[in-house]
Amino acid sequence: MPDVLMPQLGESIAEGTIVRWLKRPGERVDRDEPLFEISTDKVDAEIPSPEAGVLAEVRVREGETVPVNSVVAVIADEAPGGGPPAPAIEAAGPDGEPAPARREAADASPGAGAAPPGAAAASAAGGEAGRKGRKSSPLVRRIAREHGVDIDAVPGTGLGGRVTKADITGFLEQGRTSAPAAAGAARARQDAPAAGLRVVPMSVMRRTIAEHMVRSRRTSAHAHSVFEVDYSAVAAIRAARKADYERQGVKLSYLSFVMKAASGALKAFPVLNASLDGGDIVYREDINLGVAVALDWGLIVPVVKRAGDMSVMELSRAVQDLAARARAKQLRPEEVQDGTFTITNPGSYGALFGTPIINQPQVAILDVGAIEKRVTVVGDAIAIRLKGHLALGFDHRLIDGATADRFMSHVKRALESFDADGV
Amino acid sequence: MGSDAPRALAVRRLGVVRYGDGLALQQALVEQRAAGEIDDTLVLLQHPHVLTLGAKAAQSRSHVLATPQRLEELGVELHETGRGGDVTYHGPGQIVGYPILNLKPDRCDVHRYVRDLEEVMIRVTAAYGFRAARIPGLTGAWVGAEKIGAIGVRLQRWITSHGFAFNVSTNLDFFRLIVPCGISDRGVTSLERLAGRAIPVAEVEDRVIREFASVFSRRPREI
Repeated sequence: MPDVLMPQLGESIAEGTIVRWLKRPGERVDRDEPLFEISTDKVDAEIPSPEAGVLAEVRVREGETVPVNSVVAVIADEAPGGGPPAPAIEAAGPDGEPAPARREAADASPGAGAAPPGAAAASAAGGEAGRKGRKSSPLVRRIAREHGVDIDAVPGTGLGGRVTKADITGFLEQGRTSAPAAAGAARARQDAPAAGLRVVPMSVMRRTIAEHMVRSRRTSAHAHSVFEVDYSAVAAIRAARKADYERQGVKLSYLSFVMKAASGALKAFPVLNASLDGGDIVYREDINLGVAVALDWGLIVPVVKRAGDMSVMELSRAVQDLAARARAKQLRPEEVQDGTFTITNPGSYGALFGTPIINQPQVAILDVGAIEKRVTVVGDAIAIRLKGHLALGFDHRLIDGATADRFMSHVKRALESFDADGV
Repeated sequence: MGSDAPRALAVRRLGVVRYGDGLALQQALVEQRAAGEIDDTLVLLQHPHVLTLGAKAAQSRSHVLATPQRLEELGVELHETGRGGDVTYHGPGQIVGYPILNLKPDRCDVHRYVRDLEEVMIRVTAAYGFRAARIPGLTGAWVGAEKIGAIGVRLQRWITSHGFAFNVSTNLDFFRLIVPCGISDRGVTSLERLAGRAIPVAEVEDRVIREFASVFSRRPREI
C-alpha cells in the first residue's frame, strides 16, 4: 500500500500543517486528484494523490503539523470487483465521519509524555489476540511487552497494518526522543489511543496569545523588580469614599488607585511609557493604560485612553465599563489598541505577585499582587497592615534597573501617601 | 538566469472587483493555466471593503472584533474563502495582486515564491524612497514594525493563486476590525501614510508590474 508523504514544497521547509482532507477514509481517489491541503508559511497548497486507489488510512488530522516526508495517509489498492473496499485499518473508521471528530477518540501523541503511549498492563493482551485484529510476530510482541508498550499504539506498516520489528523499534526510539521534539516544533503523531488524553486544537485567540507571548520573550530583555506597598492610606480613603462611589454606580477598587499612582509615575519617568522602534526610542505623550482582563476563553487587554488626565473616579468607571464589555464581547476595536503601559492584576486570584511578560511594543508591565493584612514592623513594634506586592516587568534594553526601581518607589510613595483630595 | 527568452506574463488590471468575483476569476484562470491555455498571468485589482475568513471560519470569526451590525454599517462584506489561514482585510486603495503562475519547472519552492513576492513589495516601497524589510517568521513587507504588504498564497499543482496585498492609500482604520485581543504589537501602514501625500494607485500598479516582471524574470504584456 503506497504511503502518502508530507511533501516538501521548498528547500528550507521542514514541516507542514494539514489544513483539510479532501477525501475521507474509504473514498476512492484518482492519481493526481487533490487529496489534502497543507499550509506552510502563509502558503496553502493542494496536494494531489500519488496513486489511484482507496484512502485507507489518515494518519494526520486536520490542524496538525508534521515534518516533511512523514506518512500522512495510506492509499490502498482498489479491491477487485470495483466496489468500495472496507478501509484496511479500522483506525481510519468506516463511518465516513470527518477526520477530526473521529480522531478525537483515537488520539495520542508521543510528544505529550516521556513514555510511549499505551498502558503497560494492556500490552500483553493487545499483542496476543490483536485486540484490534492486527497480527504481529512473537518477536514484536515480546519487544512490546518488554517495553510496556501497547502494540495497538504502534502504527503498523506491514501487511494489513501489521506491526513490524522496524515499526516497534522506531516507535520506541521516537518515545525516547520525544521530549526534545516536543520542545521543538513538529511532532510526529501516532495512531492509537492512550486513555485519558483529550486533544483539542488551539483557538485563534489562544494561538495569538501564544505567539505574542513567545515573540515578546524573544523581543525584550525581560527583567523584574518587586516592591511591597502599604495600602493603609488607600484603604482609609476607600472606606471613606466607597459608599459615595457606589451611589454613582462605580466600584472603587484598589486597581484604580494603582492606575492613578502608575500614571503619575509614568509622567515622572516617560521612558517607561515609550517603545523601541529599531534604533529609535519612541516616547508617547498620552498615557494609555492597558488593563488585562481574564476571560473564560482567554485574555484581553482593553485600554483606558489618556489615563494620565483622569481622576480616580474616572479611572474606576472606565475600567469597570471596559471589563464588563470585554466579557460581553462588546469591545470596539479601538478600545484594545494603542496601549502604552499595561497593568495586570493576578492578585485578585490570590497571587503574591507574578513576573509578567511585556505587552509588545510596550516596555513595561505592572503586576498587582494580592492585597491582604500582613504582619509588619512599624518603628520597633509589630503591627498589622494592609499590604501587597507590586512587580514591574521591564525591558532591560531600554530601562535600567535603577530607573525601574525609581519608578517603582515613586508608585509606592504615591500609594502610601495617597492624596485624598483627588478621590 | 538562463539565456532563454523570459516567459511571457499577461497583466490584467481590473480596477475594483468584488471579492467573490475575484475568487471565481482566479479559479478559472488557474484551470486555464493548468491546461496550458493561457500564459502566466498577473491580475491586479482592488476589492471593496471585505474581511476574508480562513477555512476555520467559526474560529476566525472570533478574530473579528466588530459585530455583524457594525460591519454592515461600515459597508464591510464578510467572506469565507475556504482557504486556510487568518482573517484579512482588503479595501479601496490597496493593490491586490493575484499572480497565476506555473512555478514549474524552475521555481518549485514555496518559500522562494513568498520571498519573491516580498521582494516585489520591498522594491516598490523603495521606489518611493522608503525602506521596507522582511521580519523573520512574519511573512510580508514591513516598514519598521508596521506591515505595508501582506501575503497569502494558494498552490494547486504548482500553480499559484491568491498572492499579495499592498497598501497604497488604504484606510488603515479598517484593519482595526480584525485585531484579535488587545495584543496588537504590530501595526499596518500605507505608502501614503509614509509619504504624507496622495499617491495614485495606478502609478503604483505600474511600478508593481515592473518590479514583478524583474523579480520573476517575466516579460509583461498588458491585456
